[in-house]
Amino acid sequence: MSVKYTREHEWIVVEEDVATVGISKYAQEQLGDVVFVEVPDAGKKVALGEEAAVVESVKAASEIYAPLSGTVTAGNPALEDEPATINSDAEGDGWIFKMTIDDTSELDDLMDAAEYADYVAGLE
Amino acid sequence: MPPNTPTTSLAWNNSKNKVAKTMRYLPLTDDDRRQMLAAIGVEDLKDLYRDVPPDALLSGPVDLPAHQGEIEVERAISAMAAKNLNAAAAPSFLGAGAYRHHVPATVDAMIQRGEFLTAYTPYQPEVSQGTLQYLFEFQTQVALITGMEVANASMYDGATAAAEAVMMAGRVAKRKKAILSGGLHPHYRDATQTIAGFHGMTLDVAPPDWKGEEDLIRSIDDETACVVVQNPGFFGHVRDLTPLADACHAAGALLVVVVTEVVSLGALTAPGDMGADIVAAEGQSIGNALNYGGPTVGLFAVRQKHLRQMPGRVCGQTADIDGKRGFVLTLSTREQHIRREKATSNICTNSGLCALAFNVHMTLLGETGFRQLAALNHAKACTLADKLDAVDEVQVLNDTFFNEFTISLNKPAAGVVDDLAALGILGGVPVSRLYADGGQMENLLLVAATETTTEDDMDALVRSLSEVL
Repeated sequence: MSVKYTREHEWIVVEEDVATVGISKYAQEQLGDVVFVEVPDAGKKVALGEEAAVVESVKAASEIYAPLSGTVTAGNPALEDEPATINSDAEGDGWIFKMTIDDTSELDDLMDAAEYADYVAGLE
Repeated sequence: MPPNTPTTSLAWNNSKNKVAKTMRYLPLTDDDRRQMLAAIGVEDLKDLYRDVPPDALLSGPVDLPAHQGEIEVERAISAMAAKNLNAAAAPSFLGAGAYRHHVPATVDAMIQRGEFLTAYTPYQPEVSQGTLQYLFEFQTQVALITGMEVANASMYDGATAAAEAVMMAGRVAKRKKAILSGGLHPHYRDATQTIAGFHGMTLDVAPPDWKGEEDLIRSIDDETACVVVQNPGFFGHVRDLTPLADACHAAGALLVVVVTEVVSLGALTAPGDMGADIVAAEGQSIGNALNYGGPTVGLFAVRQKHLRQMPGRVCGQTADIDGKRGFVLTLSTREQHIRREKATSNICTNSGLCALAFNVHMTLLGETGFRQLAALNHAKACTLADKLDAVDEVQVLNDTFFNEFTISLNKPAAGVVDDLAALGILGGVPVSRLYADGGQMENLLLVAATETTTEDDMDALVRSLSEVL
């Protein structure tokens, strides 16, 4: 499945019923240097829109909201030592957590890459 | 109120009030008031108070004497002040969380420099390098004496620091229950209840531990976020907290160690060396006077791994573009001016001037001086304990103590303290003063000795006790 985006600037990729979640390239640019990431523990249940992680930059500490309802299966352990991975590869190695999906229909409300690009353009 | 009548109070209406005509401290004119009321569309000031129940509003002047000149006011206030028995002018054995220590004159001279005394909290911190430097030094001193890895730039006082420690433990452990030792100062217990209670923490409070026999290990379960224990305890007992720390960690809970007499850290094993995860302490004893109970300065130190959950501000050392040493405020992205209601804590300031006094005094002492000061305090308390134990009606309860211990008298301690005060001696703090329904603790008295306590003071106490018991 191709990448999807939320209005809160998270990206989601679904592979074999597991969604990988991170923040968009645009979001990391806005945050500046990321210095700390609080990733959720595996097993944590999250509802759509609920706080799931915290990304802290030199400018601000920002909540990352669950883009879908489900259960966290893993937090990205690499971010503990290298939080700046979010700056260098936001939509790749800088993923924040993986989760199961309770309701696949929630995916329908997400934006595709082109829609997200338009959305971001509208913010500037 | 009639628009032309100036008044000293917003809430009562008395055109006969003559005091107001000469009241010098009200900046607003009648015109000012009229304009402000017009701007917000209110006819009468009283309309702003219509939500206040009538019986809660003053209906007339407060029963106070009419205004007087400065000379008369000074005379009246001085006469009132003279009714106090000043701890600096009498043999004093008061403690229970606030201790009379010698504050070197240098401390006052330093903190009264205009650069320090008048400076408000640095909102553009990096231009205030002097302030940041002393905060950095303060943090370093706090981390060293508590045996911890990180300390913040101070909190309001020991009691609010304890409350913040409980909330922090809740965030770290992701649990909601805190166990409070019966050796924790009752004021700290109350402050924790008031503050942490509103953050969803439930407190499990152990009964007063005046015998020093408490064992909290059995109370720890898988819901426990932290155990809060004071060392030396409120009743003076000194404990090895290592087994308790191990039990906490085995259950996934944190050990919070509270210290109300920070000089004790110059003699006792540091809380960090006994496994504490958070240390919340009162710093008044170093550099700060009794101040009628406040302001004082709270110390807060944690393990590095919990740094991001620590409340308050942190000052860091760095280098500028030329490689010169400089200081910055750091880790403030979780503070309330950036994160509002999601802030780690809503403690938004530090006790700057009191922290500076602590820093200056501690710098004057150095490690050797701090250890000597602690040894001297303990030696004085040992002498006092021996002298008191020799009085027939007195029994010293503690096997261990630092500079304060509990004695049992043959009658209620509160009355004895009053009798001693009449003889010009501040004999200590009756436990019933802090435990309202003291029951069997009614005869207990906390007595403290510091480096300021002389042998003459002790002999005067012993003599007077023999008189009043």
